[in-house]
Amino acid sequence: MLQVGTLELLAPYPPGWGGNLLRGLVNSIYIAIGAYALGLLIGTAGAYGKLYGGPITRDLLEVYTTVVRGVPELILILLLYYAGGDLINRVLVGIGSSPVDINGLIAGIVVLGVVQGAYSTEVLRGAILAVPQGQIEAARAYGMPPMLLMRRITLPAMLPFAIPGLANLWLIATKDTALLAVVGSFSELTLETRQAAGATKAYFTFYMAAGALYLLLTLVSNIVIARVENWARRGMPWVGGH
Amino acid sequence: MSVADITVAPATRASLWLQPHRIGLILVAIGLVLLAAFTMRWDWIPNYTGLALRGLWTTIWLLVVTSALGLLLAIPIGLVQVTGPRWLSYPALWFCTVIRGTPLLLQLWLLYYGLGSLFPQFPWIRESFLWPYLRQAWPYAVLSLTLSYAAYEGEVMRGAFAGVARGQLEAARAFGMRRWTVFRRIWLPQALRSALPTLAGETVLQLKCTPLVATITVIDIYAVASRVRQDTFIIYEPLLLLALIYLCMTGVLVFLFRKLEARIPNRLG
Repeated sequence: MLQVGTLELLAPYPPGWGGNLLRGLVNSIYIAIGAYALGLLIGTAGAYGKLYGGPITRDLLEVYTTVVRGVPELILILLLYYAGGDLINRVLVGIGSSPVDINGLIAGIVVLGVVQGAYSTEVLRGAILAVPQGQIEAARAYGMPPMLLMRRITLPAMLPFAIPGLANLWLIATKDTALLAVVGSFSELTLETRQAAGATKAYFTFYMAAGALYLLLTLVSNIVIARVENWARRGMPWVGGH
Repeated sequence: MSVADITVAPATRASLWLQPHRIGLILVAIGLVLLAAFTMRWDWIPNYTGLALRGLWTTIWLLVVTSALGLLLAIPIGLVQVTGPRWLSYPALWFCTVIRGTPLLLQLWLLYYGLGSLFPQFPWIRESFLWPYLRQAWPYAVLSLTLSYAAYEGEVMRGAFAGVARGQLEAARAFGMRRWTVFRRIWLPQALRSALPTLAGETVLQLKCTPLVATITVIDIYAVASRVRQDTFIIYEPLLLLALIYLCMTGVLVFLFRKLEARIPNRLG
């Protein structure tokens, strides 16, 4: 196995499988970015709903976050994947068109986004509560409409409190893309790795290579996160610094 | 103001929780459950009860064993990063970074398929007494779940050890306690106490990681549900029941940890 030459196996052109792995990494990053963005949208709406919504909205959101955080991601992914595909095809058949195969990339993004949304809801809710409420009240007293208030006051003011949690969620999003390999219809990094390893029998080499790629993604993310955090905290006093 | 004025009586608390709209929501939930019970197929359950119970036991066993072993590993990993020499603290830091920076599924497959495919090449491994175990899947599952828990919890323990007030340790040293005694009597108990709330969260996350072992042929409760799906082509029912089972297990875990936390006196000076 190792005699074949690890470098040849990992080469980016066809006899090697490096190109497939890199393509998988790019797909994983696409899915992670999409799921993260969708999760942030759901999370912002969810946090506002939990803080300012009526009693029924609040209770339903509580059920959503509790269920998503209490059930393994793998099971949620399978449920949403099968149920979502089924539902769309039933609607399509209902309105008289033919059923479609759902795009793997889109399905992955939606499925992981719904999971991410529950966690973002909690992070953003906590961050909004950490903003000195006088700032929001002052903005309201000035007669700011709700959307402008959100854009100008709440979101920028809560960002420093939200960033550690949101950074963590980004790292979880990149790693959760690997779970899609179990469903097996998205060609993200882990599935590509599995196929390459299965075809060449060089399991150890390829899983190590994929691990290195994931680690690289995490380390680069950490650098970017540190910069974003510095930017979001600009103008704030250093607390507990050295 | 007397104590009776501030503490809400249990009856009032229940009526605060059970607002009119909640009764409506509960009725809707009961309706959904009944709808699921009568319109979906549940006739497969009796055939799989024995298998499911064994799977449930595997899940619980994996959770308890890997969390306990992981915590035991996490304590030295956290400690050496706070107080250890460089040749210990750097490897510990790297261990945490690498494990936390890669997906658990990949680690599991690396150990099971990767190491599992390398081992048979070495005759001395095949002849050792460990070989009968190394040919099964569960040692790899236990190893990778333990390492994962150790890395995440090691990071927590690092913070917990660093968070114990310096003065406490200095006072213990001034009393003439030896380093080991300071660790055992002062440092570790306080660090564990401050890590306890995160420990509950990490253990719930660990429970949610256990279904991954089904991908390396360990028969846990998730694997049983997958088998039902393959045998009977029923998709939703086993998954829904599985989600409910995990939700219950999460609830029990959170409840147990809350009891544990309540037992430990938490006096602020």
